[in-house]
Amino acid sequence: MKIAIIKYNAGNIFSVYCAMKRVGADAVITDDKETIMSADKVIFPGVGEAGTTMRYLRKEGLDKVIKGLRQPLLGICIGMQLMCRHSEEGDTECLGIFDSDVKKFIPRQQSDKVPHMGWNSLYDCDSSVFGCNLNNKFVYFVHSYYVPVCAETAAKADYIQPFSAILKKDNFYATQFHIEKSGSVGEKILEGFLKL
Amino acid sequence: MLAKRIIPCLDVKDGKTVKGVNFVNFRDAGDPVELGKQYSEQGADELVFLDITASYEGRKTFTDVVKRVAENVSIPFTVGGGITELSDVERLLNAGADKVSLNSLALKNPDIINEIAKHFGSQVCVVAIDANYEDGFWRCYVNGGHLPTDKELFSWAKEAQERGAGEILFTSMTHDGMKIGYPNEALRTLSDTLKIPVIASGGAGKKEDFKEVFEIGHADAALAASVFHFGEIKIPELKRYLAEQNICVRL
Repeated sequence: MKIAIIKYNAGNIFSVYCAMKRVGADAVITDDKETIMSADKVIFPGVGEAGTTMRYLRKEGLDKVIKGLRQPLLGICIGMQLMCRHSEEGDTECLGIFDSDVKKFIPRQQSDKVPHMGWNSLYDCDSSVFGCNLNNKFVYFVHSYYVPVCAETAAKADYIQPFSAILKKDNFYATQFHIEKSGSVGEKILEGFLKL
Repeated sequence: MLAKRIIPCLDVKDGKTVKGVNFVNFRDAGDPVELGKQYSEQGADELVFLDITASYEGRKTFTDVVKRVAENVSIPFTVGGGITELSDVERLLNAGADKVSLNSLALKNPDIINEIAKHFGSQVCVVAIDANYEDGFWRCYVNGGHLPTDKELFSWAKEAQERGAGEILFTSMTHDGMKIGYPNEALRTLSDTLKIPVIASGGAGKKEDFKEVFEIGHADAALAASVFHFGEIKIPELKRYLAEQNICVRL
């Protein structure tokens, strides 16, 4: 199986590569369009700012490549947010794969610290998505922007309000949390994605 | 619900962990990667690796350690020690660290916080503050607690936040190693005035100290070293205890 991790101007890509290796998958980190399009599975990871990363994807023509993929694609963190319609971060037009917008967390009380950082639990999970039951499982989040609950939500988490922890539409999968940093639960999700 | 985090801290010198470790059936207690894996399997929520090597060659060794941790450990980790410029931060992040912790450098050159936040995002920038309680005043120290400064804990933490720090790691020199509990009053003031998470460090001696640092000190995370390394407190037991006390932890 050929697995491509999309290389662009976002951080944390090496950690995703390492996580794939831990579950026994040899992935390539690449920005080569042919390699991405011919891969069996594609991962779109990242840590970064929506405006800067989106501009880079457009300049390199990777935006059209990602939207056109028919094989399973997994977006992680900023990858997931870039797959939405629009982000409040830098007032950015995104890829529009998911029919939802990305909002900034607004604290309601002193204990609502932003970014939402740390381990939080999942609920209302669609277990068919990665073939495992993720309800009540803790996963690792670091983000200041979120996708509200919508028709494409396949798992929720609560921080300030309920938000989308996993999105799914056709061959497109995405998680707001860092699968690659979510311990054994993250590894189960990666294994589930590889089996799709 | 967002869980409170338990964070073991490991000191690394010339690529080896320094403090003694008391794990049964442990292959190599001196290997930070093996130790990190072990903690991760026991339920630690994050790890901190502090490089206490003085030499330049030793720091290169530390970069290799960071890379091996990234390859082998599936939870987030922070690295600190020996960071003198932005390129050090870039080197450590490229090796796979999730966050860097700045201490002396941030106090001597606070602009570095703004630069890290701008280049890599606030979430990677942990500002560590060593402070000692003297005459009603939490005085900040640099150089591993050896050199006093004129800075005061609360105002410095607020300044670091405004400059773009993503978290504050507060170590009480007054409590460190004393096993008398965390400085909960000061922590509560910090946590209730800052908009970013606060990690408590220094003073843990028993399980109840962790309960109090979350309930009274309002800390978002608690860091400890020796009580974990010497097996005085075992992380699975600690987390079960906290869960029984209705504190949200990841089990």
